[in-house]
Amino acid sequence: METILRVENLSKRFPGFTLDGVGFQVPRGTVMGFIGRNGAGKTTTIKLIMNLLKRDGGLVEVFGLDTEKHGAAVREKIGFVYDELFFYGMLTGEQMRRAVAPHYRGWDEDRFRRYALDFELDLKKPVEKLSKGQKTKLSLAIALSHGAELIVMDEPTSGLDPVFRAELLDVLYAVIQDDRKSVFFSTHITADLEKIADYITFIDGGRMVFSESKDAVMDRYRIVRGPAGAMTSEVRPLCVGTRSTASGFEALTERVEEMAPIVGPRAVVERATLDDIMVYTAGRQADA
Amino acid sequence: MSGFSVVISQTSQKPIYRQIEEQVVSLIVSGELGEGMELPSIRSLARDLRISVITTKRAYDDLEAEGFVTTVVGKGTYVSVKNKELFRERKLRSIEDKLEEAAEEAKEIGMDLPDLQAALAILYGGKTDGNDPEG
Repeated sequence: METILRVENLSKRFPGFTLDGVGFQVPRGTVMGFIGRNGAGKTTTIKLIMNLLKRDGGLVEVFGLDTEKHGAAVREKIGFVYDELFFYGMLTGEQMRRAVAPHYRGWDEDRFRRYALDFELDLKKPVEKLSKGQKTKLSLAIALSHGAELIVMDEPTSGLDPVFRAELLDVLYAVIQDDRKSVFFSTHITADLEKIADYITFIDGGRMVFSESKDAVMDRYRIVRGPAGAMTSEVRPLCVGTRSTASGFEALTERVEEMAPIVGPRAVVERATLDDIMVYTAGRQADA
Repeated sequence: MSGFSVVISQTSQKPIYRQIEEQVVSLIVSGELGEGMELPSIRSLARDLRISVITTKRAYDDLEAEGFVTTVVGKGTYVSVKNKELFRERKLRSIEDKLEEAAEEAKEIGMDLPDLQAALAILYGGKTDGNDPEG
């Protein structure tokens, strides 16, 4: 399978924060979710991918092209949807389109009009007066209208209500009916990823935690809850993390088959959510 | 595609690809999905069930490996019970399970074997009392 986005050993140093050794690959026709706490380095990674920041080390290739050496060619093929349209503040959607469209050889005006209609966008309104959800939709309409085959989104649904999130998910599902398109998006709303994502990349403290197929991750972890007395020194090392209260314990584990016989029949075993995995894993990198 | 209906549980312990496989096999074994019938594409199925493409692809790949479907590149995925033996085996197992259940329930109410066999003979031969409530 062709690799659309390849990141290898990416590093960037700031005073007080270092991104180091970040690497993952997005195959064509797939959706990769990018998760991590606020401040873990998601936006920095995306800015490095989009060449908005200069990397200190490592490699970023989109469609086999180095993003630093082939910036213009790469930009044609990536549709970028991000948090701030402040740059265009006073322009209307229509004016923004006129500013942006000529920069893309592959601009498809009909397609843009259709998206604007489907998303119910008022192109005559100044961008700064649009709601956050509408700004995101406008960004997405533009991203999808210049023949981009990789859609990159940075926290597209943060601060947005569940109805909007469901609408965006519908749009993404429509996009991926075309098997040439790939999507890479960062979010801390993991419920959406549990549905649509094929792969999950998780970073914490500027470093990789894992990058794997979502199914493999979800199948591997379990949440175990049991009586307080069952969290013994024999059980604890089998857990990624534990939370103990007077009423009992809750733990995340990758070794449920070993744990289950020890904790006994009163224990409850459930599939872990990505939130569980993030909460119990994040911060461990500091100890490790 | 009228016979195709898959309902998944997001909260079940069973992985979603496994749920899909089991339901599709069930539909094939029961005859609701007939030989040659086309399944939804992996992408449209992912959208309809709100799951990932890699999950639907895995389910279809497993079904193909077991001989229940065939994927024709560029066209689609079709029910194709390539391994007739396998299909027959599945049916036999399903029949055994059902007969076992019937035997257990018969014992519960004290129905003896000859009566049970008589009931089976009637059902096998078609409904004889002509008062089928389903019409």
